[in-house]
Amino acid sequence: MDWLLRADTTPEKLLVMVFAIVLFVAVMAAILYAVDRPKRISNWVVVAGFLGPALALLTFGLIYPAIRTMYQSFFDRTGANYVGFANYSTIFTSDGLQVVLRNTAIWVLLVPIAATFIGLVYATLVDRTRFESFAKALVFLPMAISMVGAGIIWKFVYEYRPNQPNVNQIGLANQVLVWLGFEPQQFLINSPWNTAFLIIVFIWIQVGFAMTVLSAAIKAIPDDIVEAARLDGVGGVRMFRFVTVPTIRPAIVVVFTTIAIVTLKVFDIVRTMTGGNFGTSVVANEFYVQGLRQANEGLGAALAVILFVLVIPIVIYNIRQMRLSEDVR
Amino acid sequence: MTFNNQRRRSAALAGGLGVALALTACGGGSGDGDGGDAAAAADIDCSAYEEFGDLEGKTVSVYTSIVSPEDTPHIESYKPFEECTGVTVNYEGSREFEAQLVVRLRSGNAPDIAFIPQPGLLRTLVEDSGEVVPAPDAVSANVDEFFDESWKEYGTVDGTFYAAPLGANVKSFVWYSPQMFADAGYEVPETWDEMMELSDQIVADGAIPWCAGIGSGDATGWPATDWLEDVLLRTAGPDVYDQWVDRSIPFNDPQVEEALGQVGSILKNDQYVNGGLGGVTSIASTEFGDAGLPILDGSCFMHRQASFYQANWPEGTEVAEDGDVFAFYFPSTSTDERPLLGGGEFVAAFADRPEVQALQTYLSTDDWANIKAQVSGPGWVSANTGLDPANLTSPIDQLSAELFQDESAVFRFDGSDLMPGEVGAGTFWTEMTSWIANDKDDKSVLDAIEASWP
Repeated sequence: MDWLLRADTTPEKLLVMVFAIVLFVAVMAAILYAVDRPKRISNWVVVAGFLGPALALLTFGLIYPAIRTMYQSFFDRTGANYVGFANYSTIFTSDGLQVVLRNTAIWVLLVPIAATFIGLVYATLVDRTRFESFAKALVFLPMAISMVGAGIIWKFVYEYRPNQPNVNQIGLANQVLVWLGFEPQQFLINSPWNTAFLIIVFIWIQVGFAMTVLSAAIKAIPDDIVEAARLDGVGGVRMFRFVTVPTIRPAIVVVFTTIAIVTLKVFDIVRTMTGGNFGTSVVANEFYVQGLRQANEGLGAALAVILFVLVIPIVIYNIRQMRLSEDVR
Repeated sequence: MTFNNQRRRSAALAGGLGVALALTACGGGSGDGDGGDAAAAADIDCSAYEEFGDLEGKTVSVYTSIVSPEDTPHIESYKPFEECTGVTVNYEGSREFEAQLVVRLRSGNAPDIAFIPQPGLLRTLVEDSGEVVPAPDAVSANVDEFFDESWKEYGTVDGTFYAAPLGANVKSFVWYSPQMFADAGYEVPETWDEMMELSDQIVADGAIPWCAGIGSGDATGWPATDWLEDVLLRTAGPDVYDQWVDRSIPFNDPQVEEALGQVGSILKNDQYVNGGLGGVTSIASTEFGDAGLPILDGSCFMHRQASFYQANWPEGTEVAEDGDVFAFYFPSTSTDERPLLGGGEFVAAFADRPEVQALQTYLSTDDWANIKAQVSGPGWVSANTGLDPANLTSPIDQLSAELFQDESAVFRFDGSDLMPGEVGAGTFWTEMTSWIANDKDDKSVLDAIEASWP
């Protein structure tokens, strides 16, 4: 049974995978069967049987590491010496890390607003038109590719080549600039605009999500409200401002906060396109660099805790909004 | 759930398991036998391994960062050893080697042997994990016999010798096109001053002399660190270089600042760079692998890069002194002392079983170096002085081997590989990138790196 622990060839690895799945199913089945069998069984045993495995995994895989990371952020680079809040003060005073915080703030402010706005406008425009499905599919496509894939695509779009007679532009953006008679630009190198160009990529991805959710919300607006508004002589932009947006406000909030949470996590785009160089790094990228490449566990943990603290208000607001909208219904 | 559904489900599960079992039977046990006949046929002196006892049937696991296709010659070069001793060598290469090795050590799943590409990493492993085993005496004797003494120093931590050198590469090369030089009537420069005069001559003739690129994904900036190290060796000498690397002098010492200024006189001079690729900032946006290619279409004359760059030329490019491209030694200020910047891997062991020690010994012999040279394509060389350059395939490798064996050559390991990882694979790279891309001034760059030293 040596192959179970050290699978070398592909069939062996597939067999190990099948074995693991079968084992998992068997354990879950055993638990559920054991809970179901006895005739008279107290409630808490049933609850424990259903929730137990999930809770155990959550505690072990999520809560324990979170507490450990917070603990680690008060120690130095190898985790040996207690340094109190030194890591946090480094983050807020060091030049490089201040740039990282500034970039993260720009991302969190721009992406949700732009993505939600563009998604909302687009959803309203294509609503009940002839090419609705096709138009929505087009905008949703970027969500189907991985963020690394999107990063590579846009890296080529931004690619720089000098404007010399024997050199062809291979980046779409610079080719358009050259056709219009301008000089090619180093999109990814010139700080601080390079952050904006990275943000464009992420907006491009998230608009699909915003548009899909908001389009469903728009379709859920009761027809009688719309008809009543039409009878009152409201049309076009005023309909949008006074009828559509207020009615789907819960959905807008959900979309906005979800995109904000996802933006705080952005790592793939920054790492793939610039590697965090040229002043484009964000907190999620930086804690990877500090924690794993620079082997500075304390600083990496502190950055992770800051990210967690930044996310908490948004998550709380999101949950409260969802609760409120449920109450209304 | 109907009876039919349940039936179908169990049938599918049973069928799937059956297919998987059948595949295992067919597919298992592959990966031996084919190829490597040249290596297997080579006779080596088996008596050197008798001191380790009977090793028939034992296995040794080797973990490295060398992946396909460079791993095939390595695996083949072990065949004579396997035939001599009956040991099976399990080779595993990984692109995530630097991160994964630390993880494996921490989780108690260490390989038997690992090829460490940086002495700095070796030191970190020795000090932090305490799992590296000192090298056996046979290996120590081989290294004393076959290698320049600086190589033994690099494999030693705090007086104990741990790791013998394996392969090597020379970084002090300047790539050029012999045809372009001949057409324009230029001579290969032998000293630094001649090289600078040649650059001015090329500018006067209306062309751009240098091309460079430091892009490398996560490791962007490392070619610029090579430039600084190479120039520091020439302006301040190998002793100052050693002091700089082990921090006897601070990173931002005035001599280092002077060297950085010299590098800037080439890399940040917009008359000298960036042939065929753009302005100074294009050095930061160009991948290091693409940076020398303008030589092929005549846009650039010189590209300073290591010997392993020969793999980056397109298929069909002839790398030879009378071919399409070749390299000359990056000149120093005088022709008496020729500093040589280079790199290499070291063989570190985490177990002291006899079969592991036997493999370590084999890898440190001249037998292995010659066999490896015979089964390798272009792009591999070792600093082992027992290596016969005629066994090497490419003229650049032969030139590298001759430089290693040259008496007036002074070898120094790439500085960023000797410094702690946070600097050598961290701030040194990012600050040099910033130096180019954001035109950061010399002093700020050096101060920032000095401040980040742990």
